[in-house]
Amino acid sequence: MHNDSFFFQALVYLTAAVVSVPIAKRIGLGSVLGYLIAGVIIGPLILGLVGEEGQDIMHFAEFGVVMMLFVIGLELEPSLLWKMRTSILGLGGMQVLVTSVIIAVIAVIIGVQWQGAVALGLTLSLSSTAIVLQTMNEKGLMKTDAGQSSFSVLLFQDIAVIPMLAMFPLLATQTISSTDDHTTIVGSLPGWAQTLAVLAAVAIIVVGGKYLMRPVFRFIAQTRLLEIFTAAALLLVIAIAVLMTQVGLSPALGTFLAGVVLANSEYRHELISDIEPFKGLLLGLFFISVGASINFNLILDNPLLVLGLVLALMTLKSLILFSLGKFFKINTDQNLIFSISLSQAGEFAFVLFSFAAQSMIIEANIINIMIAVVALSMAMTPIVIIINEKLILPHFGTKEKEEKEADTIDEENPVIVAGFDKFGNVVGRLLKANGIGTTVLDFNSDRVEVLRKLGIKVYYGDASRHELLHAAGAEKAKLIIIAFSNAEKNLALVETVKKHFPHLKILVRALDRPDAYELLSAEVKDVYRETIDVSLRMGIDAMRYLGVRAHHAHRAAKTFLKHDERALRNLAEMRGDKKQYLSAAKQYIAELEEIIQSDSTDPELERDAGWDIDSLKEEVNKGEFKIPGKS
Amino acid sequence: MSRILVLFAHPALEKSRVNKSLIKEIENIENVTFHDLYEEYPDFYIDIKKEQKLLTGNDIIIFHHPLYWYSIPALLKQWEDLVLEHNWAYGSKGNALVGKKLIQVITTGGTSQAYKKNSFNRFTIREFLIPIEQTAVLCGMIYLPPYLIQGTHKLTGNEIETYAAEYHKFILNLGQEKIDLNDLLKYETSNDFLEKLITNKNA
Repeated sequence: MHNDSFFFQALVYLTAAVVSVPIAKRIGLGSVLGYLIAGVIIGPLILGLVGEEGQDIMHFAEFGVVMMLFVIGLELEPSLLWKMRTSILGLGGMQVLVTSVIIAVIAVIIGVQWQGAVALGLTLSLSSTAIVLQTMNEKGLMKTDAGQSSFSVLLFQDIAVIPMLAMFPLLATQTISSTDDHTTIVGSLPGWAQTLAVLAAVAIIVVGGKYLMRPVFRFIAQTRLLEIFTAAALLLVIAIAVLMTQVGLSPALGTFLAGVVLANSEYRHELISDIEPFKGLLLGLFFISVGASINFNLILDNPLLVLGLVLALMTLKSLILFSLGKFFKINTDQNLIFSISLSQAGEFAFVLFSFAAQSMIIEANIINIMIAVVALSMAMTPIVIIINEKLILPHFGTKEKEEKEADTIDEENPVIVAGFDKFGNVVGRLLKANGIGTTVLDFNSDRVEVLRKLGIKVYYGDASRHELLHAAGAEKAKLIIIAFSNAEKNLALVETVKKHFPHLKILVRALDRPDAYELLSAEVKDVYRETIDVSLRMGIDAMRYLGVRAHHAHRAAKTFLKHDERALRNLAEMRGDKKQYLSAAKQYIAELEEIIQSDSTDPELERDAGWDIDSLKEEVNKGEFKIPGKS
Repeated sequence: MSRILVLFAHPALEKSRVNKSLIKEIENIENVTFHDLYEEYPDFYIDIKKEQKLLTGNDIIIFHHPLYWYSIPALLKQWEDLVLEHNWAYGSKGNALVGKKLIQVITTGGTSQAYKKNSFNRFTIREFLIPIEQTAVLCGMIYLPPYLIQGTHKLTGNEIETYAAEYHKFILNLGQEKIDLNDLLKYETSNDFLEKLITNKNA
């Protein structure tokens, strides 16, 4: 029986996955490597069960990446994305630019034509979203600096693919038949109409996602047919992918955008759990087909060349990433994870190379070797990540922390303090010193251990999980102090508390002014900027050293604080409108100007008239003083 | 109907059983604004504009406080110093308070017997309160005789309740303008006036 039948193929792929992935996982290699090995085993080299059609399956399975980005989008709220903008544009942009240029220069030096060199540089600058994110997710690294930075770079790369595809025809030494251009509906339109179509498509996703999808999902959810909801979720992803392809944008980008738009909706978790298994299976399929498509004959023919290229490529990319990471102030241990994880070439390389081959930008023999290099570098990634973890990272003194079970809590107190570093610590101690019972939660296991040794009852756990809050007695508590040093964590906890324990009064630590805006927009009334009081105390002392009387300096600081708090609240309200018009920097300067200007014009700042009555002296001297109401 | 503003000044209310029951009775009267100064300004940083607005919006101002060293508590003094601005509350252009009434409601540890000439405190309550009385006069206000709750250290629970009820009724009547102010002004304290009313009624 040959491998024509669908069921036979399914049998092969599923068996390979089910056998090799659990084994790989068990011996600590991770699922990605398991899939890749499964692919190699069923591929031409060993069993030969999969042949030419491996490439087709790979293209089909790439849809897993599209789904993955949808899920990632769902887990990422717009505000979070906005916060990451410098890292996406800065770190991501620099990575693509620097890597492309250096690879292109090297290619020119070893004798590749400049057009081919540029194409090689651009193509190889990309990394594999599928492999990196899957691996990081599995290791729980997504929320770390390394995970966030990797995600930023990968997101930028996914966006950068689009202009790259548009650029390749310009590099072509030989014009390709223009029929390719008409595979999309808008391909035949004039330039301005194409731009318009792209904008319209994006608008459809954003507006539709925001206003249309929720009632639709509600309607479907009311039917209580689970499989129809799943079908609707799949339909949504596929429809967006088709729409994006039609206007010439990356489907992954489109679904990512849709995910972000839907991240605030109540169906978020339902959608994630519906898409997740499809995503997982398709990604698995994708990894298997990468493994199966490695052309071992080619490698065996030029073993030194191919292995040398793989090594050179991964070393070069790592070095560039590491330097950029350093420039963007990522800690050394996180930077190592980040730079080594992204050192491979990505799945888009297959697409770009086949495009380059069609348009004869790069010679066919180079492309064949490069495809082998790309596949091999992807397969090597999980291995180098393990090497980094076991051999390199321990030298930097940062091991991955063991996951600790959340503590069980047996107290009922009126106050819950979430986050017990230097900030929450003082609040908690003040309350305790005054006989007010506090239940302290912290998710830093080291700190919890130290504090417990000191006899302070602190419970370990992620306070933004409502189960833990419930266990901490949130139902009976009166207020919650939210004092993590991580703004996102604070905001997440605010949302959880508002949703599940609306009776709790919320007091939140704000790390800086923008963070305070964020919290005020989330309708938190009691926001405490962490440095303002100390800065003012310092200012008071400075004034006193200059000879200002203590009481006056003290009152001046009070006035300033009151005024600043009012300005903060006013600006927080205005911020919503401005955001759309001003870039972040411009807005910041404008706000600063506004603050300073209103400082110098507010009469309140000079209001201690009761103690210093010039007007009275004047009146008495003129002999006009009299009791009001009497003549 | 007169609108009444109670400026309550007590730095340690949690320790005063008398004042706690007194204010419980008056907080919820319709035309009464209860303004707890130590609660509002724990740092003595008084919002002058807000205070002036409150004064303008009311007809009868009550200073409700314990007697500390024969005078008002520090924050209430600070309040006077800063809020009663020249050319707002007094001075040739300061007529914001003209015609309003000021009355003090005072708790004292000593009994009324202690506040007499030849007695322990050597002066009467009215003598001790002259600075406030003159402040009111300088602002063009009418100073009404104070309402006193004295000998607080020895008051029983029942006696406190009686005072609280009387205070509540007194404020209610003031607000509804059921009290003849010209008559009231003839007395040394509001307590004397209320006592006379009762004896008249009984007679």
